[in-house]
Amino acid sequence: MKTLLTLVIFVFMSHVSYARIEVHQFKSQQQEQRYKTLINELRCLVCQNQNLADSNAELAQDLRKKVYNMVMEDKSDKQIHEYMVDRYGDFVLYRPPFKMRTYLLWTGPFLILATGLILLITYIHKRNKNNTVSISEKDRERVSQLLDDITAGDEK
Amino acid sequence: MIRFLIPWFAFIALVVLLAIGLTHNPRDIPSPFIGKAAPEFSLPMLERPTIKFSSVAMKGKVWILNVWASWCVTCRAEHQVWNTLTAMEKINLVGLNYKNEVPEARAWLKQHGNPYLFCVSDIAGQVGIDWGVYAVPETFIIDKQGIVRFKQIGAVTHEVMLEKIMPLVHQLENADATEQKS
Repeated sequence: MKTLLTLVIFVFMSHVSYARIEVHQFKSQQQEQRYKTLINELRCLVCQNQNLADSNAELAQDLRKKVYNMVMEDKSDKQIHEYMVDRYGDFVLYRPPFKMRTYLLWTGPFLILATGLILLITYIHKRNKNNTVSISEKDRERVSQLLDDITAGDEK
Repeated sequence: MIRFLIPWFAFIALVVLLAIGLTHNPRDIPSPFIGKAAPEFSLPMLERPTIKFSSVAMKGKVWILNVWASWCVTCRAEHQVWNTLTAMEKINLVGLNYKNEVPEARAWLKQHGNPYLFCVSDIAGQVGIDWGVYAVPETFIIDKQGIVRFKQIGAVTHEVMLEKIMPLVHQLENADATEQKS
């Protein structure tokens, strides 16, 4: 029991000692929102599948500070994006711009969707055609004969 | 029959696609600096911090900027390559000591040898950000006009040195000389 308690205490203490919270002061809520959106949409280049907001890499900390300073200087989102792209390339953006290199990235999902739809439609068409029963010439004559008989019967 | 083969072909195509993807190094991100003017900087020299070095002074020379730090383990392996090269040939190798305390950096150079013309200390890491450094060691080759011609992310190996860096440095030095003559 005692060891368990010590263990629990150690686990919680380690969390306290590791937690590093960056405190930022903003002039307005709007500014804070902008900062959060920006660091959420910028990639950390050290740990490539994390954004600046999530990453604990030193470079990410520096870049967060950089973004914060630029937000405080009232730089526009476009200016901040340009600052990052000038240094790290489009890769730093989680929303890359639409251009020759990235057109497949943007249009790819829609192309795949369109191909899927076309395949589906042709498949359904084909299946419907196969469902229509083909009749031989002889059967056709018999049918028309029978129909004629019925109509003739009605007239009587 | 073909109906049943289609999923197989799709599967094989996907495997090939993913296999090609695996051969790429995700750290090799095309640098936006190639072919563009190198960002200028002015930083204190590592050996004499009272003196500031400005990168403008390198105009007219082909030079190599090598980003390193004493905390960077890969730099240790790479360092031997630079030591070997500078022992054989005279090159303008400038070291950018990135996010490193001065005494530690000096001790490291003492221990592993100093192939650099000189080093500058970027303790805050701002110049590193300006040069888009994200994976130390990184190496840039800058031509006489101050344009970045090459970037190596990660350690420079003997192969990279012999096959890429040295031919390019020689070519830049000669090409510019003939241009100026004509």
